[in-house]
Amino acid sequence: MMQRIWPAAAVLISFGCAAAAGPAPDDVAWDGSAVDASLTGTPGDPENGAAVMSSRADGNCVACHVVSSLSADFQGNVGPSLDGVGDRWSEAELRGIVIDAKHTFDGTVMPSFYKTGPYIRPGDAFTGKAADGPLPPLLNASQVEDVVAYLVTLKE
Amino acid sequence: MKRRMGLVAIAALLAGSAFADPVEGVDLVINGDETLVIRAPAPPAVSDIFDEVYSGWLYRDEATRAMEEDDFDNPGMVFVDQALDTWAAEDGSEGKSCASCHQGIESMAGVRAGMPKMNAAGDDLWSLENFINNCRTNRMGAEAWGWNSPEMLNMTAAISLQSRGLPVAVETDGPAHDWWEKGKEIYYTRYGQLELSCANCHEQNNGRYIRSDHLSQGQLSGFPVYRLKNAGLVSIHNRFKGCIRDTRAETYKEGSPEFRALELYVASRGAGLDVEGVGVRH
Ligand code: HEC
Ligand code: HEC
Repeated sequence: MMQRIWPAAAVLISFGCAAAAGPAPDDVAWDGSAVDASLTGTPGDPENGAAVMSSRADGNCVACHVVSSLSADFQGNVGPSLDGVGDRWSEAELRGIVIDAKHTFDGTVMPSFYKTGPYIRPGDAFTGKAADGPLPPLLNASQVEDVVAYLVTLKE
Repeated sequence: MKRRMGLVAIAALLAGSAFADPVEGVDLVINGDETLVIRAPAPPAVSDIFDEVYSGWLYRDEATRAMEEDDFDNPGMVFVDQALDTWAAEDGSEGKSCASCHQGIESMAGVRAGMPKMNAAGDDLWSLENFINNCRTNRMGAEAWGWNSPEMLNMTAAISLQSRGLPVAVETDGPAHDWWEKGKEIYYTRYGQLELSCANCHEQNNGRYIRSDHLSQGQLSGFPVYRLKNAGLVSIHNRFKGCIRDTRAETYKEGSPEFRALELYVASRGAGLDVEGVGVRH
């Protein structure tokens, strides 16, 4: 377990600050509720995707989803288990769900991870104060691709 | 088709075992002799949504529940004792204490259960805190207490205790109605970068876990609560603030018109649940 987390954390530190490539959130090319093209044009790193999904500071997907292959503690059940999600959805559909799940599930409680607004009373992260300016998306383009790369590996 | 089946199967699973509901088969009996109503038929505000409403106590673990069942184990009670001293202490330019006008604190029975409510002038909706500060500034000639000051938290706890065992019953008609409507609008607004409303968590997902937190219906009957995480009393508006902050939103302030309106609406969603005095929560 430690083995999985630490190298992933290292990847995060080395690439975390790299300028997010890819289309701006408003320019993402949708095909229905799917997004065919990789946001970065390169394959994502599933190992980092796993770290992004587990980290409270990044995706924190495990707040709402059980993912049996992740070692994160206290996985929630507001959403369905993501086990086997790579069998149920194509890569393009998964990319669409991670970018903005409201295209797939109307009115879902799942946050939109690659979107910049508009929001109602946007805050400065978890401070409760007003945001200082336009907010960056919750995940950058390479983090989205890393998460998608991990999700496609989740086969029963 | 394959996908649909998958989702249906998952939904069924969630509705079954994984969906941890309020704990069953337990009652909240204080000091072995006072049984509080912690499950009630859904009041009008939520009768089309829930069959029953539940106190947040029912969503807490056994150890936390046990603390509230015995006043000697309830860490909130020491603050009640401190407030009793304050109740009798003169303060301000008029040389009066709360007791000078209200005699024993038992005279406050029922007050918490009806809060928030319109003020005497009928032109503003006030929380318990506003009524307390009105006495301090206008009757005692003393300074207002801060919403989160120890004095205020302690006093609201002591006054709430006088309503222990009385059902929440707030006035939502007449001049309070516009406030109630405003509170309802806030309850269903999806705030912040996470775009989550009170209803997303406490109506749609109560009983489920969001990370380690077991979501309750977000009822007010236990307030002010002693929160183990804060090692202190937490007011209703402070709780609201924390919940909105967790959506990555700019919160409203304690005492703001928005939070007073929200307090009225949320209270009406729990009408019929007994005031607990001082609840104990995580
Ligand atoms: C606040 C809760 C929440 C968070 C956080 C969240 N999700 Fe979701 N997710 C849901 C819900 C609820 C659904 C089910 C769709 C619906 O009915 O709204 C869902 C559905 C999904 C699905 C489709 C699952 C299936 O079996 O059909 C995928 C894939 C998914 N989420 C991935 C993620 C990823 C990846 C993250 C983090 C980057 C994430 N989710 C974060 C609540 C959440
Ligand atoms: C992101 C999820 C989330 C949102 C959105 C949210 N809450 Fe909460 N709330 C929680 C959690 C987690 C707790 C602690 C566990 C519990 O009692 O549900 C909590 C607790 C509470 C409690 C304390 C209940 C008790 O018995 O101690 C109240 C009251 C409450 N919330 C009201 C609200 C209101 C009103 C809103 C909207 C302004 C709101 N919440 C929005 C997650 C949320």
